[in-house]
Amino acid sequence: MFSRAIRLSRAAPLRAAAAAQRAPAVVPIAARRTVTTNAASARVEAPVPESDNEPFPIRLSDESFETYELDPPPYTLEVTKKQLKQMYYDMVVVRQMEMAADRLYKEKKIRGFCHLSTGQEAVAVGIEHAIEKTDDVITSYRCHGFAYMRGGTVRSIIGELLGRREGIAYGKGGSMHMFAKGFYGGNGIVGAQVPVGAGLAFAQKYTGGKKATVILYGDGASNQGQVFEAFNMAKLWNLPALFGCENNKYGMGTSAARSSALTDYYKRGQYIPGLKVNGMDVLAVKAAVQYGKKWTVEDNGPLVLEYVTYRYGGHSMSDPGTTYRTREEIQRMRSTNDPIAGLKQHILDWGVAAEDELKRIDKEARSFVNDEVAAAEAMPFPDATPKILFEDIYVHGTEPQFIRGRTTDEVFYFQQ
Amino acid sequence: MTSPSSLRAFSKALAPRGASRRLLRAASSSIPALSPAHRRSYSTHPPNAKLNLPTDYSTTPLLAHSPHAALGNPELPPEVRNGTTKRMNLFQAVNDALSIALAEDESVLVFGEDVAFGGVFRCTGKLAETYGGDRVFNTPLTEQGILGFAIGAAAQGMRPVAEIQFADYVYPAFDQLVNEAAKFRYRDGACGRSAGGLTVRMPCGGVGHGALYHSQSPEALFTHIPGLRVIMPRSPLQAKGLLLAAIRSNDPCVILEPKILYRAAVEQVPTGAYALPLSKAEVLKEGSDVTVVSYGQPLYKCEAALRQAEKDLGVSVELIDLRTIYPWDRETVFRSVRKTGRCLVVHEAMVNAGVGAEVAAAIQEDPETFLRLEAPVARVAGFSIHTPLMYEAFNLPDVARIYDNIKKVLEY
Repeated sequence: MFSRAIRLSRAAPLRAAAAAQRAPAVVPIAARRTVTTNAASARVEAPVPESDNEPFPIRLSDESFETYELDPPPYTLEVTKKQLKQMYYDMVVVRQMEMAADRLYKEKKIRGFCHLSTGQEAVAVGIEHAIEKTDDVITSYRCHGFAYMRGGTVRSIIGELLGRREGIAYGKGGSMHMFAKGFYGGNGIVGAQVPVGAGLAFAQKYTGGKKATVILYGDGASNQGQVFEAFNMAKLWNLPALFGCENNKYGMGTSAARSSALTDYYKRGQYIPGLKVNGMDVLAVKAAVQYGKKWTVEDNGPLVLEYVTYRYGGHSMSDPGTTYRTREEIQRMRSTNDPIAGLKQHILDWGVAAEDELKRIDKEARSFVNDEVAAAEAMPFPDATPKILFEDIYVHGTEPQFIRGRTTDEVFYFQQ
Repeated sequence: MTSPSSLRAFSKALAPRGASRRLLRAASSSIPALSPAHRRSYSTHPPNAKLNLPTDYSTTPLLAHSPHAALGNPELPPEVRNGTTKRMNLFQAVNDALSIALAEDESVLVFGEDVAFGGVFRCTGKLAETYGGDRVFNTPLTEQGILGFAIGAAAQGMRPVAEIQFADYVYPAFDQLVNEAAKFRYRDGACGRSAGGLTVRMPCGGVGHGALYHSQSPEALFTHIPGLRVIMPRSPLQAKGLLLAAIRSNDPCVILEPKILYRAAVEQVPTGAYALPLSKAEVLKEGSDVTVVSYGQPLYKCEAALRQAEKDLGVSVELIDLRTIYPWDRETVFRSVRKTGRCLVVHEAMVNAGVGAEVAAAIQEDPETFLRLEAPVARVAGFSIHTPLMYEAFNLPDVARIYDNIKKVLEY
């Protein structure tokens, strides 16, 4: 396998050079092309069918992908009207949920650390629409959208932020720590989830079945040593791992170029093929991850993806997000590259749904999130009892005899 | 990008607008009209509490509120005692110490995640502008890399001051500290090199609602490692002197700065350059009946508890700040316990295998001190659990628990 990787990397520049000689008019331009962040760059080449469930092909922009030691995914994607509307609905729900969290934080109902993904919805939604429920996802602290897409309810996510007992982690974790079936969290430590993801992928390979693990981390985290350790293990053992850098251009307040010697994050796997994707376009994300999953479950080993995206808000609720980048930059991304507006434009242009129907979906998503938030706010706080305080530290039933509290009289005995 | 205010907001990461000072202010006035459901969800103080009141940093005797009090510190060198003072909070005192170190020694470097912008807690504000980007600079998000890099620079004779953004993030760098920094001198042997120039700073401790990854106090993990000096200052004056001592020290030092004190603790700090002794505890208040040993933020709670205990019980309590947690000043503690016969150790970190265990064990191992004990050594510390988002205040030692245990060791 190692020798094959070497051969590939030697052959690739030669192949490119040879191709350039053969067709100088086309390839050099293609080789220098960078990924677009246009959220509405796909087109349809045939009339869209009447039926909601009949698949039809869409053609992605030529600038949707860039590859490293990999043939690009097909630029044609089969979708149905129903799927497009569902993707739209999902992105609207995720954004509404993040906006609700923003509001609750400003009302001081949510405290502590809170990182929102407004602007990055196409990544979480596009990935979920490309994989199966049996696949696994693990991500960083910016995890609310993923938790929802993996099956966490809005009320349990907001409940968690509010610290309620019915929150997705019993209100003990808060913003960064959310888990669901097939979703291994939110992780507060930058980069720590990446080798954990390699372990998830190994277990999937070991137990069989055509399953993959989608592992996400940010452009800041991509400089952590354990990311590279995970790359090595994943390639060495040919794991079904889709590493993915959500490149939103800033690790906290430091721009990618100020922290990374190589900002082509999709090339950072070195011996792992890479795929850079327009992360503002939910369709491009879906196409890339679908392709990646197929590639990796066919035992071709891991891939390193890079989702080129943008966060509208600051790094966290306490960062206004305007000191290390210009307001114009944020405004430009919001007004011209917004993932929700982009898909909306497609839906209208292609006649997938009429304006009224989209308005209805918007309204439905908004009232759904509002109801869920109200339900979350009505949830009780965890009882201030030792049983709750000491649960989940050791496996239930075989805990140590006791765990110490602050003082000897606060010692908690598991067998009462 | 390099605007000093660029990351100002992060320094307030612990409260939406207004950091810990505001939190404390809000908590010290009666809690504004919140609905009952929200009243005590996070770390607000209980209504009608008698003991568990918010710490009043503006009156506590642990801080020097006047220049006279600050300059009267006998540990200061004479030229500093004859100098001036300035009102500073803890992050300003850290900044002052770093600034002095950078100015007095060309080999001092300051780096870490976002430090060129001033850092999350503003400790390194304006240093990059003043001393240049080649001496004060940002690193990528790479804790293990930061400390390995710092150790290499220290081995070349530099004096790097590396910042780990939160103590909770230090674990990837643990190997570098344990196996490289601490063992360097021992391994190097005859060549005589070491990583002694290394100083690692990290904010630690609870802050109200930091949850799993922003409230830990991992000092006990470092106290297990011979070769490291582990320090936790209690106040701005102490932080400046101990940090300068750590930077000048030829042993690798780990300084844990209680993050809640960055803005809350304000006192008069001498403006001159001074170092306070490492591995030397300080008796903050003399007493004859019970010894309370602590370090960092809980000292303020200890002080409130012992004041009340002295009033209610008519006893006299001695309060000791360990300051350097390892290698720690046994003699000062033993001398005190030989006098009082009773001892209570208080820390924020969880109780299991913590600093309290080490202090208690050392007391009973020392024959002379053991024979003087009138009661078992008591510990008041954090619960042996992970810090949950909710009820963080309940997870930490509080005034009532300390008071109660002072009473218990007295009544044993």
